[in-house]
Amino acid sequence: MTDSDTPPLADKPSLGHLFWVFLVMGATSLGGGVVGYLRTGLVVRERWLDDVTFVELLSISQTLPGLNATNMSILVGDRLRGGWGALLATLGMCLPGAALMTGAAYAYGIGGDDPWSKAFLHGIAAGALGLIVVVMVQLGSRVLKGFADYVIVLATAAAVVGFKVSVPIALLGAGAVAIWWHRPRGGKSS
Amino acid sequence: MKQLLDIAGVFSYLSLLTVGGGMAAFPELKTLTVETYHWMTFPEMLHFYSLGQLAPGPNMMMVASIGAVVAGLPGAAVALVAFFLPTGLLTFFIGRLWIHLSTWRWRPAIQSGLGSVSVGLVLAGAIIMGRGAVTDWLWAAVAAIVFLLLFKTKLNPAYPIVASGLVGLLAHWLQIA
Repeated sequence: MTDSDTPPLADKPSLGHLFWVFLVMGATSLGGGVVGYLRTGLVVRERWLDDVTFVELLSISQTLPGLNATNMSILVGDRLRGGWGALLATLGMCLPGAALMTGAAYAYGIGGDDPWSKAFLHGIAAGALGLIVVVMVQLGSRVLKGFADYVIVLATAAAVVGFKVSVPIALLGAGAVAIWWHRPRGGKSS
Repeated sequence: MKQLLDIAGVFSYLSLLTVGGGMAAFPELKTLTVETYHWMTFPEMLHFYSLGQLAPGPNMMMVASIGAVVAGLPGAAVALVAFFLPTGLLTFFIGRLWIHLSTWRWRPAIQSGLGSVSVGLVLAGAIIMGRGAVTDWLWAAVAAIVFLLLFKTKLNPAYPIVASGLVGLLAHWLQIA
């Protein structure tokens, strides 16, 4: 790996161009998996970021609360054009889906009680469940490393589903235990 | 006005629970929209959630649908701002700080620890969602097939999910499930 392997980064975009690129990604990233679209758009096509920075920002997005897609828009927008860049990138990413889902609410009000639409939507729900489980397995294969991690996963899920512990309490409780388990150990100088 | 305030409260609260993705907030989303405020039934919420997986962009734009059902366009706008602003500000400021924390000894601990908890929360959400979606063997089979397809191939998830909807129409036509 030498520097010549990676093409030089492009110049930072104008706010308008930044908004436009995120709007296009927000409108075309059908079927979830926005992260893949983001990498294609930002690293490959526009060359605004290199892969190392992309992965670094993605790991921040995944650790902090909030959706990966919007967190990435904020972090990338901020890197390229500061606060306004973060705002416009996020708006571009969200507006198409927001408009569609608002429209869906009205369409549902008109046709949602129809047994055919109910049947269709019930099918979609089963399919979406399959997608959620895939996302969970992919997330798990990346972050779960030892036996203790799996114990934390099961304990968190059992607390919420089985014992009706509210999510914030489970988050704080299991989070504290899990962070403590992974606490920095060994030589202080390392 | 009361409704808009309720929407703002519910979605800004849910916003902070989305560690590891929107699914982590699903259990509380169900409790608040269905049981506490009676804005919709669980099947209705499930339908919007699933449609939201098909929509482009972030996969939780269904918060706009709930807002619109409760209070029209202002409701949709309030739900969106409430859902994205708190975590957005957090990400913006911590994102700037986080780069400077790259050598902080606790950073890997936080990353690994929260990682496991977020998988647990997504699992909890998936189980609660599954109770609504998997109403008989047919839907268990559909979910399993979609899982295998997406796990084994690089297929765009939109295709098998729409196909699941078509299975729903077929099942309705044939009067099964």
